[in-house]
Amino acid sequence: MSVELILTVVVLTNLRLLGASRLGACIRTVGLQGLLLGLLPLATGGRLTTLHVVVLAVGSMVLKGFVFPRLLFWALREAHVTREVEPFIGYTGSLLIGGFMLGGAVWLGDRLVIGGTTDLSWVVAVAMFSILTGLFLIVARKRAIHQVLGFLVMENGIYIFGIGAIPGIPLLVELGLLLDIFVAVFVMGIAVYHINREFDHMETDKLDVLRG
Amino acid sequence: MLGILTGIIILLASGFLALLIRGRRLWASYVGAGGVVAAAVLGVVSSARILSSGGVESLRLAWALPLGELHVSVDALSAVFLLAVFGMSGLSAVYGIEYLAPYGGRKPLGVSWFFFNLLAASMVMVLVARDAVLFLIAWETMSLASFFLVAFENERAEVREAAWTYLVATHLGTAFLLVMFALLGRAAGCFDFDRFGELKLLSGNMGSVLFILALVGFGTKAGFMPVHVWLPEAHPAAPSHVSALMSGVMIKTGIYGLVRVLTWAERPVWWWGYLMVAIGLTSGVFGVLFALAQHDLKRLLAYHSVENIGIIGTGIGVGLIGMSFDLPALVVLGFSGAFLHVINHAIFKGLLFLAAGAVLHETGTRNIERLGGLIKSMPWTGLAFFVGAAAICGLPPLNGFVSELLIYLGAFNGAKSMAALVAAPMLAVVVGLALIGGLAAACFAKAFGIVFQGEPRSEQAAHAHECVGLMRVPMLFLAIGCALIGLFGPWVVSVLAPAVECVSGLPLSSVAGQLATSMRPLTLVAGCGVVLIMLGAGFALVRWRLLRHRSVSTAVTWDCGYVRPTARMQYTASSFAQPLTALFSPVLRTARKAVAIDDVFPGHSELETHTPDVAGEFLFRPIFSGVGALFSRLLWLQQGRLQVYILYVAIALVTLLVWKTR
Repeated sequence: MSVELILTVVVLTNLRLLGASRLGACIRTVGLQGLLLGLLPLATGGRLTTLHVVVLAVGSMVLKGFVFPRLLFWALREAHVTREVEPFIGYTGSLLIGGFMLGGAVWLGDRLVIGGTTDLSWVVAVAMFSILTGLFLIVARKRAIHQVLGFLVMENGIYIFGIGAIPGIPLLVELGLLLDIFVAVFVMGIAVYHINREFDHMETDKLDVLRG
Repeated sequence: MLGILTGIIILLASGFLALLIRGRRLWASYVGAGGVVAAAVLGVVSSARILSSGGVESLRLAWALPLGELHVSVDALSAVFLLAVFGMSGLSAVYGIEYLAPYGGRKPLGVSWFFFNLLAASMVMVLVARDAVLFLIAWETMSLASFFLVAFENERAEVREAAWTYLVATHLGTAFLLVMFALLGRAAGCFDFDRFGELKLLSGNMGSVLFILALVGFGTKAGFMPVHVWLPEAHPAAPSHVSALMSGVMIKTGIYGLVRVLTWAERPVWWWGYLMVAIGLTSGVFGVLFALAQHDLKRLLAYHSVENIGIIGTGIGVGLIGMSFDLPALVVLGFSGAFLHVINHAIFKGLLFLAAGAVLHETGTRNIERLGGLIKSMPWTGLAFFVGAAAICGLPPLNGFVSELLIYLGAFNGAKSMAALVAAPMLAVVVGLALIGGLAAACFAKAFGIVFQGEPRSEQAAHAHECVGLMRVPMLFLAIGCALIGLFGPWVVSVLAPAVECVSGLPLSSVAGQLATSMRPLTLVAGCGVVLIMLGAGFALVRWRLLRHRSVSTAVTWDCGYVRPTARMQYTASSFAQPLTALFSPVLRTARKAVAIDDVFPGHSELETHTPDVAGEFLFRPIFSGVGALFSRLLWLQQGRLQVYILYVAIALVTLLVWKTR
């Protein structure tokens, strides 16, 4: 598989996330994205296939491709929800904004010059697009599950950025990031479950009673 | 140096240990106070040694934190303040054991001791830190530790409010310091104090900006008018041994900071000294005026702290004017007067707060109007308060007189100068100090007279007992300290010479030479003091001999020959101070609520006066409510929705990114 192919699929998965209303589909899409990203360093052909990168790649594939989706499906089942109803920004609008974000990301990617990455010129643009998609999902959706997914997509973007900037990001930072995400998904999964149990819903827009 | 660092470690260790002790009521107190006393002995010895040798001891260690490094050092200037910090910490801690004992069952004393020891340790750190980052960390620790100490009785609403006032005030002050150190760090390229000094960063227009920032930032902690507003709130609210420590030495760290910053000046701009004199005299006169109008004993003492900080500020102002006009006599006399007053104020204000605490401890009230006649039931406390009161009024032969005399001498020296630019402010200093002294005497005549003399005005006052020995010992030490510095003034002043050298940049020989010229009046005063004490003792002896074989009957005070005199016939604190408060009513703005007597057969009538703080009421309240109104217009930003907040973050991040890659 070539790098370009993987990156293209990542962009497509991002667009699918913006357009999908079923939460189960979204979780599967994020899982697929995680698997693809695990393949990314292996696909670069030798330059990045050192032992620690391989270990890291396999670790993140297992976590993002299997463990996180399983946790999120569990939360979904416990919370008895299947789809996002009435998001702040509708699906067509989301896709439209997604197009603009992709344009902006490419523009930014051209501007951001990262040393020695001529063969991975697309990487920065896709990374930016993933980060923006993640942020957008967090902002535009109500279900707490979607917040977790947005967070994961954002982290995927940072991961892609890390690939582009290697050897810029040391192993320790990468590991720390992965651990961070793991704890975050774990905590948020539990929080979603508890929010649901206490309030009979998991729509974060109804948590605004603390406003001054 | 090693002794002082060990002191800090002992303080922290005993504080943590006290925190761990639960259950057994007084063990936490013994551990906490024991640590403070051990550290105090060690610290006093080390800093006295450094002060007497006049040397500088420092230590640099590598530091894992970003910015700055662990650079500590003790010079004569630090040593002067360290003496006060260690001495007062030890004595207040001993007093605190017994003072806190009644709270033992209800409150976790370990927590209180933890913060007490932390406060002492952080004050020491503030004085020895030679790196801006380290200094600010110590400064902030000091503020927070004292905040928690003030909030000791947090179940009472007024205590909580006082603690919040203090927290807000101290953080606003720190904000100015942050800006100042950021500017200094940018100019020097590092945060090392020595580097600031080498570069003489306080010069030109930038120097004036830095001076103003330091004045506001450190002045808030010190309690200069009008940023003194937290003092009269926080000192009454805190437990008395904490008030003694905070008022006696913690506010002096503000003075230390200001003086330390001044050592980085090549040569002060002429108006700095004028400003210091103006602020000092304003604080002095207004502080004592507001003290006069108070009914709360500890609040009255808090206002006197403002007054004394004003006197110290005036001394610094005299020194600064001397520096900018090249008059070494003014420099030496001004700064040595200010430094001696720092130590003196620590001693007598500590003493007064401890004595006031004993009164509060035994009677349960701070209201002067409900006290009276305590000298009969609490003779030790009464004597201690009397010594402290005489010292704070600047009466010979006690220590307050010596330091004020030095500032007077400096001012007279300047007033003789031909240059009107120097003579005018110096005359103002002489007049201002005289006014402050007179009003202070009136105020303490009121405080001592109403609280300790006459007849008890309430049940609580009538049933007061003398406090126990552990509370008496620190007061005794401090009272003796007042007398010793008063009698050995010339010697004490000569010890301070290296500290003056630190600030003024004059060579030590020149400082000593200038001090030698002021030795004659000081020695004369000390001699007069000895004669005065001997005369007093002689008269007491004569009285005792005359009365020995005669029968002596005692009657109630204000007997006036009535058949049934009552305590309510006495002068009250308000009526005693009324002529003066009426004279200054445009400044004091005392609120008065009275039911007038207008009948032939008068019925029930009452009078209630309340003097709010003029700066708090007419300056800060409008400012803060204005700021509050301004911010409430931004309330629409607070949507209460997580998504919106993340949107704010996202917008900010994307904007920054686009801006940077433009």
